[in-house]
Amino acid sequence: MDERKQVAQAPTAEARRPRPEADIRGDYAEKWGFRDPEEYFHKGRKGLDHEVVEMISRMKKEPDWMRRLRHQALDTFLEKPMPRWGNTALLESIDFEDIYYYIKPIEERGRTWDDVPDGIKKTFDRLGIPEAERKFLAGVSAQYESEVVYHSVQENLTKQGVLFMDMDSGLREHPEIVERYFATVIPPKDNKFAALNSAVWSGGSFIYVPPDTKVEMPLQAYFRINAEKMGQFERTLIIADRGSRVHYIEGCTAPVYSTDSLHSAVVELIAMEGAYIRYTTIQNWSNNIYNLVTKRAVAHRNAVVEWVDGNIGSRLTMKYPCVYLAGEGARGEILSVAFAGKGQHQDAGAKVIHAAPNTSSTVTSKSISKDGGRSSYRGLAKVHKGATNCKVSVQCDALILDSISRSDTYPTMEIEEDDVRMEHEARVSRIGDEQIFYLMSRGLSEQSARTLIVNGFIEAFTKELPMEYAVELNRLIEMELEGSVG
Amino acid sequence: MRKADRKGAIFACEDVHIAVQGKEVVRGVSIELRAGEKVALMGPNGSGKSTLVSTLMGNPAYELTQGRIWLAGEEITGLPADERARRGLFLAFQYPVAIPGVSVANVIRAAVNARRGTDVPIREFRKELAEAMALLGVESSFPGRSLNEGFSGGEKKRIEVLQMAMLKPVVALMDETDSGLDIDALRTVAHGINSVCGQASAVLLVTHYQRLLNHVMPDRVHVLMEGRIVESGGADLVGKLESLGYDWIEKESNGPDLVTSVPDGAAAKAERPGVER
Repeated sequence: MDERKQVAQAPTAEARRPRPEADIRGDYAEKWGFRDPEEYFHKGRKGLDHEVVEMISRMKKEPDWMRRLRHQALDTFLEKPMPRWGNTALLESIDFEDIYYYIKPIEERGRTWDDVPDGIKKTFDRLGIPEAERKFLAGVSAQYESEVVYHSVQENLTKQGVLFMDMDSGLREHPEIVERYFATVIPPKDNKFAALNSAVWSGGSFIYVPPDTKVEMPLQAYFRINAEKMGQFERTLIIADRGSRVHYIEGCTAPVYSTDSLHSAVVELIAMEGAYIRYTTIQNWSNNIYNLVTKRAVAHRNAVVEWVDGNIGSRLTMKYPCVYLAGEGARGEILSVAFAGKGQHQDAGAKVIHAAPNTSSTVTSKSISKDGGRSSYRGLAKVHKGATNCKVSVQCDALILDSISRSDTYPTMEIEEDDVRMEHEARVSRIGDEQIFYLMSRGLSEQSARTLIVNGFIEAFTKELPMEYAVELNRLIEMELEGSVG
Repeated sequence: MRKADRKGAIFACEDVHIAVQGKEVVRGVSIELRAGEKVALMGPNGSGKSTLVSTLMGNPAYELTQGRIWLAGEEITGLPADERARRGLFLAFQYPVAIPGVSVANVIRAAVNARRGTDVPIREFRKELAEAMALLGVESSFPGRSLNEGFSGGEKKRIEVLQMAMLKPVVALMDETDSGLDIDALRTVAHGINSVCGQASAVLLVTHYQRLLNHVMPDRVHVLMEGRIVESGGADLVGKLESLGYDWIEKESNGPDLVTSVPDGAAAKAERPGVER
């Protein structure tokens, strides 16, 4: 790739300062990038064909319709060419024959942390999951490789009829709901990686919230890849029935390997009339993960869907959370932050599709590029004919921290209706020398000044996170910025 | 040897020359401040006042080509701005920058912690901040707002003075803190300066009006023109400048000579430097 082509001029003071090569995410390995020995219940072979798909479906004792869906999806995957946009060079470099598609770490999922084998339990302890669960979560799901190894949900939610379980259990225990909604928002033919996920999916979350039920505390899923050359393909389906409310949070990390692993999830959200869904992601994969994810929501009449999407890690992320505004008065909000450090490409963005009158959407995208990292905003705002009186607002802010990093915007507008209020604003900025001097004149070191300015830049995002996550994200950013000044 | 000359002064700069993009705009300025003093630095637009105080604070955008600076008996020439600040130097900016997404309270807390070299407990900090805000008539919504984002000129200046009050500097350099203020704000700012300035501290007030000086009585006044101090005196000088204007000094000090007496090399570029920022 021609990484330097669109590089802008550095401010002069910036250029004057010596700038040592910072090993961005240098302490990732220690904090999150540790690995466990592999003692798995089942580890399939590498490579992808109908035999592997059949094996996954059989091990899961799935109904026939799902088995057939998987096989058809595999055909679609094999037929579809690679996307010719995003980072084509990296996409073409993926060797699908050199990946494990299914690893079942343990035989039975735990209902308490004591049920989880010590090694894996220790991993999640180090990641702080049980602690967060005790403090402020209504339910937790922990996925390790292909399967959810721990799951719990507060009893009062179960009593109210809220379903929160791993996707495999959802299919087994609530086949009628799953069959009705599965792959309706994102059909396997949607794109090559959605087809791949549909063929080999395993794990992920299934959530159903009954009418008028408000789940006040967040539900959280944590995804951990441990094995080398692993492919994780979780599948999540969230249905919020009429007038209900739910907030789901996902986090993810992986060990640092010299070879690449693939994470390709599909997430479908359905917000029925008047329902509210917020889906928060803090993506902190190690820099050897290809993160190619399809996320889409349907918002029915007066429903609200919010994607709060933070991308800090991965080698390459291609992800464009979408809200399909299907019902009158529906609202969609997509708020995202991408941090692209050394060797990283964050090709993130948002899609809003207005298919009904009086619908509104807001897209706020913030990206930070550093140490040669590359961030792209790729977005679609579409208003169908007849979707009158819609409001669309898109704002993209890019912060570039040095002269070797890059940021691009690829907005697409397809407006078929005249009666639309549309705003689009894109800004690229750098940290001003005057801002640094101002803060230094208050006694802050140059490093602290930069960190404060960057945290301020993404404040619109962090203020939407639960406090614990906001603190964690600010700390992450601080670590990312360390060593970046001369 | 020079240090001994500075006895009694808590701040001093000597023979300061400053270049901006290769052009010399301050040409040999020496100023001393003694504890408890308020000194005014006056002069027309473009005389180099802002460049001087910004450089004294350590702005790397300007080059100190010659001269030395002392704070509290120690030389601070060459130290970075944050180090000067932690030792008790403060600059109230003429045009404070906005830092979107970073609240006033956050900036002040980080600054206070840096200045005191310890993390002040949040409760204690809030109490102190509330007291300082009450003293300066700062509205209670300010701590939560993004620093200087969407602030009026007067609001920005009040927040500068609020920071000064919280940081309790040894020496404060105040760059046209009076400009753009209505009379009420001016009074508040003056009140702030008078209450912050104790026996152990000193203030250098940069201004080109006498308005602020009606409220803050300076002990001494220096007049800066074309990068040099051309006149010094007591508070009565302010009134004289007000009624006669700067032209009087130009005539008095034999203006044209000023230009011819510029050191070699700079003479060719001795036209009025437009570097006031």
